Formats: sequence, C-alpha cells, structure tokens
Amino acid sequence: MQDMGIQVLFEGINFQRLLAGLMVSLNLALISMAFSIVLGIVLGMIMTVKNRLVRLICRIYLETVRIMPQLVLLFLVYFGAAKHFGVDISGEMAAVIVFTFWGTAEMGDLVRSALISIPKHQYESGYSLGMTKLQVYIRIILPQTFRRLLPSGVNLLTRMIKTTSLVVLIGVVEVVKVGKQIIDASRYENPKAALWIYGAIFFLYFAICFPISRLSAVLERRLKT
Amino acid sequence: MKQVILETAGLTKSFDKGNAVLNKIDFSIHQGEVVVIVGPSGCGKSTFLRCLNLLEEADSGEILLEGKLINQEKKNVHKYREQIGMVFQSYELFPHKNVIDNVCLAPLLVQKRNKDEVKEEALKLLKRVGLLEKAESYPRQLSGGQKQRVAIVRALMMHPKVLLLDEITAALDPEMVREVLQVVLELAKEGMTMVIVTHEMEFARAVADRVIFLDRGEILEEEKPEEFFTCPRTERAKKFLNTFHYE
Amino acid sequence: MRGIMDYSFIVENTPLYLEAALLTIKIAACGIVGSFVVGIVCCLIRELKIPLLSPLVQVYIELSRNTPLLIQLFFLYFGLPKLGIVWSSEACGIIGLIFLGGSYMAEGFRTGIDNVPKIQRESAYSLGLTGTQTFWKIILPQAIATSVPVFCANSIFLLKETSVFSAVALADLMYVTKDLIGLYYKTDEALLMLVIAYLIILLPLSLISTWIERRVRYAGYGNTGTL
Repeated sequence: MQDMGIQVLFEGINFQRLLAGLMVSLNLALISMAFSIVLGIVLGMIMTVKNRLVRLICRIYLETVRIMPQLVLLFLVYFGAAKHFGVDISGEMAAVIVFTFWGTAEMGDLVRSALISIPKHQYESGYSLGMTKLQVYIRIILPQTFRRLLPSGVNLLTRMIKTTSLVVLIGVVEVVKVGKQIIDASRYENPKAALWIYGAIFFLYFAICFPISRLSAVLERRLKT
Repeated sequence: MKQVILETAGLTKSFDKGNAVLNKIDFSIHQGEVVVIVGPSGCGKSTFLRCLNLLEEADSGEILLEGKLINQEKKNVHKYREQIGMVFQSYELFPHKNVIDNVCLAPLLVQKRNKDEVKEEALKLLKRVGLLEKAESYPRQLSGGQKQRVAIVRALMMHPKVLLLDEITAALDPEMVREVLQVVLELAKEGMTMVIVTHEMEFARAVADRVIFLDRGEILEEEKPEEFFTCPRTERAKKFLNTFHYE
Repeated sequence: MRGIMDYSFIVENTPLYLEAALLTIKIAACGIVGSFVVGIVCCLIRELKIPLLSPLVQVYIELSRNTPLLIQLFFLYFGLPKLGIVWSSEACGIIGLIFLGGSYMAEGFRTGIDNVPKIQRESAYSLGLTGTQTFWKIILPQAIATSVPVFCANSIFLLKETSVFSAVALADLMYVTKDLIGLYYKTDEALLMLVIAYLIILLPLSLISTWIERRVRYAGYGNTGTL
C-alpha cells in the first residue's frame, strides 16, 4: 500500500487542515449569501415597480453582473480597488463584496420572476374581497412567492458555494491553498499526494453541494402547485 | 347481425386508491355502429376509452379486436393501436409539423404506404373537413376547431376499424363545437364505427345508435337514444340528465 | 495619485490580449461543441434507459454539477498525472469544460423532453407509432426546439467559466492581465482591457441568445392546448 499515497490525507492533522480550509470558503459563501438574500429581495421588489427608469437601471445592473465572469469581477475589486482607494483590501473582503454584488443580482432576478409569475387575478381577487394593497401583498402574494422562490434560492446557494472556490486565485488561504501546502510539504516522501489531495477536495465539495441540490430538487417537486 | 369490431369482457381497472374506476365492464360494438358513452365526471368513461386503445393497462378482463385478444401481450401493442383511432380533448397535433405532415406521418412511418397516394388521400380528407387551404399551416396558426378537425383527419388517415373520440369538443369555444360535430355526424352517416364520450347531449342523441350510461365504473343503462333521453330507467340516470335542464 | 490611462501601453499590449482572447474562444468553442455531444449522448442513454450506462451517467451528472470547475481542473491537471494521465494545459481545459458542460447540456435536454406533454406521446401511440419512433419523430424534435434557449445560456455560462483556466497555466485573458499587473503595475489599463475583451466576446452572444429565446417563446411550442 505504501506507494498508493492515500495516507497523505490522514497524516498528522492534514485532513483537519483541509476541512478548516473548506470552512473558509464556506464562510465566505454563507456571508455573501445572507447579504444577497436580503438585498436581493429588496432588489426583486424594486424590479417590479412601474417606473421604467428604475426598472432600466436595475436591468443594467443585472446584465452587467451577469455578463462578466465572476473572476473578472473579483480582479476588478481586488486589484482595482486596492489601487484606487489606497486601501489594501483583503481577498476575503473582495470576495464578500463581489459575491454579494453578484448574488444580489441573481437573487433579485429570482424574486422578480417569482413575483411576476403570480397571476394578476390573485391580486384582483384579493382586492375584490376588500383587502388593502398591503394586506394583499403580505397575505396573498408573498406566501405564494416564497413557495416559488425556495427551490431556486436553495439552488443559488450551491452556485454560491461553487463560485467561492475562485477565491484561491486572489490569494485567500482556503482549501485549495491548504491542499497545495500539504502537497508541497510531502513532495519527496509522497509524490502522489496531489492526486489524493485534489481528489479529496473534489469530493468534499461534492459532499456539501450534492445534498443541497437534492434538497432543492425535492422542494421543487413538493412545492409545485 | 354485423360483425363485432371491438368488445370487452369483465374489464376492470383501478388506480392506486383501490376503488375501481372501471368495474367488470362488458361491452361490444358492431361494424358501422355509433355508441355514445355518457355519465358524470369521474365515472370512468375516459379511462374506458384509454383502456380500449391500450394507453391504460387494465387490471383484469379482456379486450378483443375482431375477436382477437389484444390486451395480454406487451409486444405488439402498436400493431393494435394502429387499427384503433383516437382523438383527444386537447387535439395533440404535433406542434413541430405542419398540417399535412401531421396527418401523413403515421401512414408513411407506420404503414409504410406510398407517399403520393397518402398525400392525395390527405388532401381529399382535408378538403372534406374544409381545411384544404390550411394544409401547409402549423398547428399554432389554427383555431381550436380547426385543430380538432385536423386531429380527426389524422386518425382517419390510418383507416382505423374503430374510432374513439374522447370529449373532443370539451376544450372548444362554443361557436366552434358545431364545425367539429358536423364532421363526426357525417362520418356516422358513412358508417364509421365509433365510440364517443361526450357531454353534448343533443349531439349524443343525434349521432348515437346506442347510448351507454356509465356511473361509478359500471354500465347502468344501455339503450336506444330516444328511450334513454326520454325515459331513463335508473334514478341515477334521471338525476344525471336533469343536471342539463334549467327550470 | 492616479494619472490618465497610459494609452501607448494599451496599444502595445493589444496583441497579447488578442492572442489570449483567441485562445479563450478556441477552447470555449471546443468545450461547447463537446458538451453538446456529451449532453445529447447522456440524455439519450438515460431516456432510453440503457442498462449499466444509465446509472453511470446519473453519477457523472451529479458529480459534475455539484463541484466547481476550478476543482475539477486541479484534479485533472495536477492530480491525474500522478496516475500517468498527463495532458497539456489546453487539452485539460477542453476536457474540464466538457466534463462540466456535458451535464448541464444533458439536464437541459432532459428538461426539454420532460416539457413535452405526456399526452403527445400517447397521441403518437394511438396512431400506432412504436416507442422508438415516438421518441425520435415526436418527442426529440420538440425537446431540441424548446432547449435551444437553455443551450445558448449554457454556452455563455461555459464561456464565462473559461476565466479560471489561468489556474492550470493557460495563457488566457486572466493570465495575461495578472501578468501585466504583476510586471508593470499598470492595473487600470490591464483591467480595462480585460473587461473590454470579455465584453467583445460575450455581449454579441448574450444578445443573440436573448433574441433566440424570444423567438422560441413566441413560436408557441408546447402549448398546443390553447389557441
């Protein structure tokens, strides 16, 4: 077994170090996701207003964020902001800013499409029962919106987690970086370390994202009305 | 007596909940006969038609096409369906094909008939239902009534031994019902063998040789239309027919 | 503290970006075509329920969809050579992109197939078509037509994903940008050129895709029940 090299995963605290590295990316994903949900709901509601100018501005924001690869956005903030504002923002900071910026746009669009997918009759039948606009919104529209939003929202979380793997490219010490350190450290006694380390990282990501996307699929089936 | 085209013996079907949708149905239809099945929603009439066309698998019982048992083997299902035409409530034309391709597809693909001959027949039939000029149109460009007439032509192109019509006017706007039923009336006059499920009672009365009243998966009455519509024997049939009258 | 852009620097380095952009396009094109093929094959295997292959495809799709491309690339480029499987950066990029894209395309086609109403199938059956005939003549053409917008969206997605290729030493746009920033500190110029390069590649595609999506939606596919 000695030349398989799998033992590299279990030497010392290697595996714990990998997990700790993964937690760094996960934390970034969760923080960005939390911001994105809050801001995205607001954005989504704004995107359904009648004012054309407001809608246009939102649209431009959305399309701008969507058309650029997230890594380009990361570069813009990480390298660009550092230079212009004289502040040396950390990779983590840049990541949260960029992923919130991106996540808000995606979430906003999900909220918007959930809102407009509610048939007009639902509003009208609420009004015809003598309910006020606010009552209709809170009692009739939002609960239905939430049901439609939940599966795609959960799905966005997996996209967020996958996307945060990019932060290694702007120097954040996370799971891939830790993996590289382990591989470098065991270069001589274990030349096959890279296979196992990257394999392990691959399956760690899978272990996290798979249940979440199953959940999203189950929710989608359950909440279909 | 004319030849029996299609018959069932003890046909039973239930869905997951266990109570039978169809309970031991014995049914037969002769060459050139038009049988109309009526009954309240959920009585099993659509399921019955779908069983006849082997779209649903019956739990037990036999289905015979010209005396040949057809619901026991899995392999040749399409061979039997080929001989039994069906028209659906929602038309189900193939949206990616134009009218002429819709009606010619199965004769060419399934029966491997000669292309020119098939096309000629298609145009003749389309002309008969008043849709000759729509031959190159796509389904989305047609009205509901036009789509349904195309669907009837599509089924006829296979020269089916019997035609099953499943509430073919239920999805239509009222002013389009007539144009479709007119086609069916003409087919009846020409001696087409048909099993029709419908909610149009006037039409049922006009077209039927025999009316079957189906309720809770059982045949409660089987009469000539005049008798059924003027003096139904069972209470349930009376009640059902009364729902169509307003005082 | 910040001057105006150094335009001569931009002009000087345009060829570098052009070359990098062409590399990106080349790899993306190979990846997209490959994904399309893999996607259709996977979808067929699952739809026709081919034994053994079908569950395998399912596993592949889940693995591919639930891991980041970057990690897939690291495994392909740094991990697999330890097993004797060595590829060039370019091959690795293309294979990685196909590994990722294949599952997205397969899912896209499957949604297309699922969106064909069940009764369309029955209506073909009632005309005597066999299961295979129904699939090829009735279901698949409709499914492909309705998945065109998904295919476009996936293509754009894959093109954007190519931005991580610098991680496996491919001299793509990100790589050149990082290089220039590191060498000359011309951050603004390098980033500007990066953004412009991606805009030139992605904007037309995005517009075409929006246009196609409208066309397909208004073509009225799928809703045969209503007038």
